[in-house]
Amino acid sequence: MSVLSLANVHSHYGHIHALKGISVEVNEGEIVSLIGSNGAGKSTTLRTISGMMHPSAGAITLYGKDISKMEPHAIVLAGLGHVPEGRGIFPKLTVKENLEMGAFTVTDHRLIQERMEYGFSLFPRLKERLSQYGGTLSGGEQQMLAIARGLMLDPGILMLDEPSMGLAPVLVELIFDIIKTLNDKGTTILLVEQNALMALSIAHRGYVLQTGEIVVSDTAENLKKNPLVQKAYLGMD
Amino acid sequence: MNRFLQSINARELIRPLGQMVVFSLGSAIVLSSIVLTLALGLDQTAVGLALQDKYNVSLYTYTLVNLPQVVIDGLTIGFVYAAIALGYTMVYGVLEFINFAHSEIFAVGAFVGVEILIALDHSGLLRSASLGMSYVLLTFAIISGMVAAGALAVTVERVAYRPLRGASRLVPLISAIGVSFLLQDLIRLVEGLTTGDFNRIFPSFGNFDQRLNFGKLALGETTINLGISIKSIIVIVAAMLMLMGLNYLVNATRIGKAIRAVAQDRPTASLMGINVNRIISITFLVGGLLGGAAGVLYALKFTRIDPFVGFFPGLKAFAAAVLGGIGNLTGALLGGIVLGMLETFAGSYMGVFTMGAAGSEYKDIFAFSILILVLIFRPQGLMGENVGQKA
Repeated sequence: MSVLSLANVHSHYGHIHALKGISVEVNEGEIVSLIGSNGAGKSTTLRTISGMMHPSAGAITLYGKDISKMEPHAIVLAGLGHVPEGRGIFPKLTVKENLEMGAFTVTDHRLIQERMEYGFSLFPRLKERLSQYGGTLSGGEQQMLAIARGLMLDPGILMLDEPSMGLAPVLVELIFDIIKTLNDKGTTILLVEQNALMALSIAHRGYVLQTGEIVVSDTAENLKKNPLVQKAYLGMD
Repeated sequence: MNRFLQSINARELIRPLGQMVVFSLGSAIVLSSIVLTLALGLDQTAVGLALQDKYNVSLYTYTLVNLPQVVIDGLTIGFVYAAIALGYTMVYGVLEFINFAHSEIFAVGAFVGVEILIALDHSGLLRSASLGMSYVLLTFAIISGMVAAGALAVTVERVAYRPLRGASRLVPLISAIGVSFLLQDLIRLVEGLTTGDFNRIFPSFGNFDQRLNFGKLALGETTINLGISIKSIIVIVAAMLMLMGLNYLVNATRIGKAIRAVAQDRPTASLMGINVNRIISITFLVGGLLGGAAGVLYALKFTRIDPFVGFFPGLKAFAAAVLGGIGNLTGALLGGIVLGMLETFAGSYMGVFTMGAAGSEYKDIFAFSILILVLIFRPQGLMGENVGQKA
């Protein structure tokens, strides 16, 4: 079943044509990865999906509902989580308050507590930092917090924008393990990564973006063998 | 768990109260010591002798005798400034934009409150009101001023600022100045058409004009009258209650947390399911409510208002917000109290200390010199932080 689908989506930053008609399909239970170099339009794709910018043409449907003209806060409530590029931690809110913000629209305290505990079970480190300001956390801890916060609304599909950026290899491993675990428990994942090898190691399928267009789309296994991908993104000759 | 929550909330109520007491006492003590030192130093000079000639009192005694009244007047106007400054600082915190129409929001609050009381006065209700009833009516006037000003602030944001979001920062600022002129002239127009008179007087009723006397303090040949007018108590207590309420709203409620989140990172806040536009409206509403209440309290204290009544208090409250660190709520409280105190001290003592050369009419120099000095030497304000980088 298709959870999220983009059909011929165009996006502009002023006069810059950032997405030139991309079509992406994400099915229930999948990990789909968008790979591509800097400026290819990966983050723009996520920003367009979550309503932070609106497509100039094309349709975006989430669970069969057209979301291309909806505001971000409404899209979030429709079941789409977005862990933004650069993590977007509120620096002057504590870890606990950051998590509570993630569940802003939930009024059931028991449910909030339950989901917070789930986040701690994934990232025990967060529990030790509970009353610390978000801005004082290390990069890895901020990424953990961003993911835990993104789960507070129990989204059906979670979009992650460069979760490995600026992290030590051991932390990258940890974060990707968690993403795999989340997926095993039923969360659909749309993953944007520059670290193509890492992304393809956990993804089921992938799309390769180049200057706003999708140039290849295939299963992760096939992409790893694709000469173009190997040359451009996996550093093989 | 329930008890745990309550204990946290109580702290959020006590903390701002403590801050207000500390800021008030602190600025009172610092400024008092400065004027007393000055008075001692100038006592034997021409300044002191001139006063001795005129009133047969030494400069030091004169200064000391007037001190309690000056401190109370300073506090009264200081709390009014703080309430207005919070409107500037909240909007700045969320949108990084100075709402220069806020002074007119304040003026509209004052006019609505005063007009309601004048109408009640004409109907004879004020004169026949019992003491308790007159407090109820005053509260009603304050709340009406708040509601009108709050609604106006939300409307102004919706009509004049929201369509300009995303434009360069100068554009909404110019729009705000335009709204400010528009509102000034609208008040003048409406007052001119309906009453033919744009100086409105706060009707005299209840016991607000009386003074409470706590006795006298003997001091050499003279005595100090320790007392406070009921008006001043009302202004200070009402402003304190509102500031406590605001602090509670921002620090201990869900909406307050959302306001802080939007202020720190607007795009990410929208990804949390927070309706950013609604939170911005709420911010303007809260700022408008405080400004409107400050307007009615200002009218109660100074009696006469006109369509331009918002201009100076608004500008001074802006200076206060900058002094405290714009965007910082505690800073606005500190800035308002310090500025109100400083201005009142200057207004009361400058005339004597300069042998009448520069009287109280020059007190505004202090408010605006402070603005300039802060902008040069500490642009982030007393309690502000460098906002250049985000963690």
